[in-house]
Amino acid sequence: MREQLIVPTMAEFMAQGKQPEVLFWVGCMGSFDDRAKKVTKAFVKLLHKSKVDFAVLGTEESCTGDPAKRAGNEFLFQMQAVTNIEVLNAYEIKKIVTACPHCFNTIKNEYPGLGGNYQVMHHTQFLKSLLDEGRLTIEGGQFKGKRITFHDPCYLGRANEVYEAPRDLIRKLDAELVEMKSCKSRGLCCGAGGAQMFKESEPGNKEINVKRTEEAIEVKPDIIAAGCPFCNTMMTDGVKSTNKESEIAVMDIAELIANAQDL
Amino acid sequence: MNYLPNILFAIALIVGIGFFANNVRKLIRNIKLGRDVDVSDHTSQRWKNMAMIALGQSKMVKRPVSGFLHIIVYVGFIIINIEVLEIIIDGLAGTHRIFSSIGPLYGVLIGVFEILAVLVFISVIIFWIRRNIIKIKRFWANEMTSWPKNDANYILYIEMVLMALFLIMNATDLKFQAMENGNIISQYLTPLFSGLSEGTIHIIERSAWWMHILGILAFLNYLYFSKHLHILLAFPNTYFGKVVPKGQFKNNAAVTKEVKMMMDPNVDPFAAQPEGEGDGTPAKFGASDVQDLSWVQLLNAYTCTECGRCTSECPANITGKKLSPRKIMMDTRDRLEEVGKNIDANSGVFKEDGKQLLDDYITREELWACTTCNACVEACPVSIDPMSIIMEMRNYLIMEQSTAPMELNNMMTNIENNGAPWPYNQMDRLNWKNE
Repeated sequence: MREQLIVPTMAEFMAQGKQPEVLFWVGCMGSFDDRAKKVTKAFVKLLHKSKVDFAVLGTEESCTGDPAKRAGNEFLFQMQAVTNIEVLNAYEIKKIVTACPHCFNTIKNEYPGLGGNYQVMHHTQFLKSLLDEGRLTIEGGQFKGKRITFHDPCYLGRANEVYEAPRDLIRKLDAELVEMKSCKSRGLCCGAGGAQMFKESEPGNKEINVKRTEEAIEVKPDIIAAGCPFCNTMMTDGVKSTNKESEIAVMDIAELIANAQDL
Repeated sequence: MNYLPNILFAIALIVGIGFFANNVRKLIRNIKLGRDVDVSDHTSQRWKNMAMIALGQSKMVKRPVSGFLHIIVYVGFIIINIEVLEIIIDGLAGTHRIFSSIGPLYGVLIGVFEILAVLVFISVIIFWIRRNIIKIKRFWANEMTSWPKNDANYILYIEMVLMALFLIMNATDLKFQAMENGNIISQYLTPLFSGLSEGTIHIIERSAWWMHILGILAFLNYLYFSKHLHILLAFPNTYFGKVVPKGQFKNNAAVTKEVKMMMDPNVDPFAAQPEGEGDGTPAKFGASDVQDLSWVQLLNAYTCTECGRCTSECPANITGKKLSPRKIMMDTRDRLEEVGKNIDANSGVFKEDGKQLLDDYITREELWACTTCNACVEACPVSIDPMSIIMEMRNYLIMEQSTAPMELNNMMTNIENNGAPWPYNQMDRLNWKNE
């Protein structure tokens, strides 16, 4: 089904001489990957529901450079970073929210040294703040009583020590939050980071995403909650490879909240 | 009077400490082979890290069993070494238990030492059992053969012997036993020697005393060749450890300069470089050998005690890949030692030996298996950052050699051409809203 979402761009805001409350940095996965696009749309619906005045860069957005930097290409990373910073600074952006922990980490930690200083939030942190301000209400809906386990994205958790915002949101769904054996600071990687997403893995005895999915399956969840489009893909593939896709769903936290309210 | 023992003791002390000082000098020289790096920031955070992580063992106890046992050995080691002070004074001055004159407090001190000595002895035995009988996986990984494996056991044996000597020395010290002040444990060992003449017991006591102090001096000099260096280096290493978020990788300033020049339309690309500039540009990007790493990374390598907590948390290693963060650190140290010996053998100048850290020690397969997930960094009880070395070496592979796996080259070409890691047009970036 085709649906028309209202997604204003910074260029449009600029033309009207206005500044949005926050810039939504969509990211490459969120823009192009079919699975991640659903997360993007769910998050946009929540922004509308909470009456957040937001904008995107649209065609002016470009890769943050994260995969280039982690692959070792510092030059390409900085080219991307400096180009993006020029755009962001030209629009006088102050606050950025993104549903991708890799974009989040790069803009938050690595852009300041190159002249890009912004308040950067992961979408789970942003949704949590909307909840705290009373602008967003979360109902359990279809997820009431469901067993949900949260897979910590490395670049949100260990890299930036954000562990509680996503968990607080899951608890608000009246769901049963179950923790995997290795979680939070000891959470096992999904296998996609460090540009691994884009290449075959080195020879071994198992794929990392399968290993991580097995850890998730051990706690018998109905849903594996993700907070990263890369983790989402890896865990979805992991669930498929263990033939559990009819029993276990992999969903982003923004999707859980949006679906609970039938948005 | 016979001053021979005093003289022998003084010689042993001077030789032991002299050799140790020489080792320390060599250690510092080798660490300084690394690139300079500014560590003057976050001073209070750094002191706090050292107090919590090294002194307070906060990361050790993340694994409660080994953490608890380690704290016993650590506390025991520090406190029992107060006794060494008395031994040194006695040895130089020819006195006997010079501190015993302080009365009951002496008994309390020695009593505590004796209890700790037993606890350390037991803990070390448990460590040995974990390593050799239970064969905990992280102690039996591929890199833990030959010297690393033996080194770990030698340390445990030395500690057992030192603790045993301390207790035997007390048990056979008849004057000390007669004082009935502080011989909490050793009084139960005394009967073992009851059949012997007083002269023999005295000889045993003197032998234990000498072997104890000589053993400590020998152990001090063993450190430089062993993973056990951590007992000293954990402190500076936690101080100089990473103080920014783990996800923040450093931006290369030389690259920034180049990128800014490219982006600035007013720059004349043919202009001669102004006087004095260009000194900051590194001779090469990234690292292919130990001299390309920072001195903090080299300090990391000497600090590593090969516990393998990093490797046991590494997603690549867990799933059977060759990468082991511990091996990265061990290789770095081995190569650094090799470079150090090369410099020693060539009167202070490194002579090209046709080897390097990359390929000769660390393979590309290992480097490309890293997911940069920071699990190794998080796991390290002494703030070592193996991932930063992997990243430096990837920098070298990409920026100096342009050798990446084919798929990564495609990914990077895509980012360059259309601003995304896949071949999608940047103009289609907002299409999702209408789908």
